[in-house]
Amino acid sequence: MHSPAAPPPSASRLNHVAAAVRRARDSDLMYAFLRSPITVAAFLATVTFVLAAAFAPWVTPHNPFDLASLNLLDAFLPPVWEPYGDPRFLLGTDDQGRDILSTIIYGARISLFVGFASVLFAMVVGVTLGLISGYVGGWIDAVIMRIADVQLSFPAILIALLIDGVARGVLPRDVHDDLALYVLVFAIGVSGWVQYARTVRGSTMVERNKEYVQAARIIGIPPMLIMLRHVLPNVTGPVLVIATIHLAIAIITEATLSFLGVGVPPTQPSLGTLIRIGNDFLFSGEWWITVFPGIALATLVLAVNLLGDWLRDALNPKLR
Amino acid sequence: MLAFIIQRLLQSILVMLTVGLIAFGLFRYVGDPISNLVGQETSLAERDALRERLGLNDPFFVQFARFAANAAQGEFGYSYRHRRPVEDVIAERLPATMELSLVAALLALAVGVPMGIYTGLHRYGVISRAFLTVSLVGISIPTFLIGILLILLFGVELRWLPTFGRGEVVHLGWWSTGFLTTSGLQALIMPSITLALFQMTLIMRLVRSEMLEVLRTDYIKFARARGLTNRTVHFGHALKNTLVPVITITGLQLGSIIAFAIITESVFQWPGMGLMFIQAINDVDIPVMAAYLCLIGFVFVVINLVVDMLYYLVDPRLRVDRAVAAGHPG
Repeated sequence: MHSPAAPPPSASRLNHVAAAVRRARDSDLMYAFLRSPITVAAFLATVTFVLAAAFAPWVTPHNPFDLASLNLLDAFLPPVWEPYGDPRFLLGTDDQGRDILSTIIYGARISLFVGFASVLFAMVVGVTLGLISGYVGGWIDAVIMRIADVQLSFPAILIALLIDGVARGVLPRDVHDDLALYVLVFAIGVSGWVQYARTVRGSTMVERNKEYVQAARIIGIPPMLIMLRHVLPNVTGPVLVIATIHLAIAIITEATLSFLGVGVPPTQPSLGTLIRIGNDFLFSGEWWITVFPGIALATLVLAVNLLGDWLRDALNPKLR
Repeated sequence: MLAFIIQRLLQSILVMLTVGLIAFGLFRYVGDPISNLVGQETSLAERDALRERLGLNDPFFVQFARFAANAAQGEFGYSYRHRRPVEDVIAERLPATMELSLVAALLALAVGVPMGIYTGLHRYGVISRAFLTVSLVGISIPTFLIGILLILLFGVELRWLPTFGRGEVVHLGWWSTGFLTTSGLQALIMPSITLALFQMTLIMRLVRSEMLEVLRTDYIKFARARGLTNRTVHFGHALKNTLVPVITITGLQLGSIIAFAIITESVFQWPGMGLMFIQAINDVDIPVMAAYLCLIGFVFVVINLVVDMLYYLVDPRLRVDRAVAAGHPG
């Protein structure tokens, strides 16, 4: 309820923000979060990755894609602590003399971009279809859920691989290289929408019969608005959990496709591409070209997985 | 029961038709089939004649029906890259993938089930926590990275095991097996572990949660009250009831093992169907892609169908659940 003498809008917004911050600080979720040191560590690791990736041009010691700064004499240098290590290159260099640490940070940028974008894509598609399916019901629901059933009987990676393979065949090579990132986002997103749709459909069917939705319907609010303004906010809890776990899966899928050579183009190497490149030098003893991007990838995925696991337990009232 | 089977069969056929349609679409509309067949010097008139003779001017559904009929008989045309009938290429690659998948599945079961039982029974034990932590780390390392790390350790550093290929194979008719030679068995070790690890953690977690659930039920409490030994309660009563979901999930996972073999085969240059598929994607070798797609689709549909029916037969409770889930209770 607004008082008749409302404060100016900017001040009231500030109050809202302050209240929200206070609510977050005092919430059960925050309490549970701070009590689990592993989760805090996982959160910090994820944030570090995201920040480093976002500000890659400023935090990397070298720019690995600036051809002028590369020197082939610097190629295949081992990490600093090994004999012949060079203090300029903390984790060593690859076959073209690029600093491994810098390529990892730039690679994480690509991996995280594809990961977040495909999760967002899958989430929008899945939540929309789930809402419609659960709220409208009838044959629309039947069709959407049958498609979901069929898709669920194939592994996501196979579907992503197939979409990527088809795009490769349909688009001319140079066009494909320009669009490769978006093709990848589309492929991974499409392969992952089912989980969202199923969950949202389930909760929507429960919410649909509650009194507040019936009341909204009776006073003549159009179905679109009811779905968006009334049902959607009440079904988002599980979506957050799925999205977190899906982010880990999406990053792994992207890395796998890139490792198989059907993911991102070589001009924009992701962590998976770096591992693929390093794989060629495994037998000649240059292990660091593969191992460090591998460790980075595994750490990132582990951190996100830990966050997802914790979130699932924390939001599950049965386990309280 | 009959209605259920018919419904499932119809759904399977529908799935196969969809997969076939995608494969056909690839085959027909990605690139020009004619220019993939003939050389540069073929004249336009000759091309048109060939187009007419191959029936590429027929209506869409006629062409699709022909494609489906050929596919059902295992004919997918010529591979652009190998210059041989696709079905020959696949028949040559099939044994490698099948042997790898079989060994990986057995390995995952043999290790995953005992680990799951242990962690279910000793919920708060130190070893259980260690297993669970390791399994979380395990699913966070992508399959291909596990393969690379194994190669680095056992292939490059220790030089114990071969790092690529199948070793020597013995031909039994058209089937080639690596089970009968030492080098074949050695070559199988690392790829099968790589492929099995993910499924192993999955099975372990599944068995654990099923055990925890069953151990909470009344009939277990009653069995304890009757004074039965722990051993009888755990293995005679509890384990038996966890096996239904375990068997079905493992069955369903068989398909995904074959699919994940694509990754393992690429890492270890294992000459199976997965490696063939990846090469086909890179070369845009459409007939091979289409054939692999149809084959994998078929395998998945059959596995799903069989598992569904077994489920239905084994566990009567599910019949009610299914009916409710399908929206018509009773």
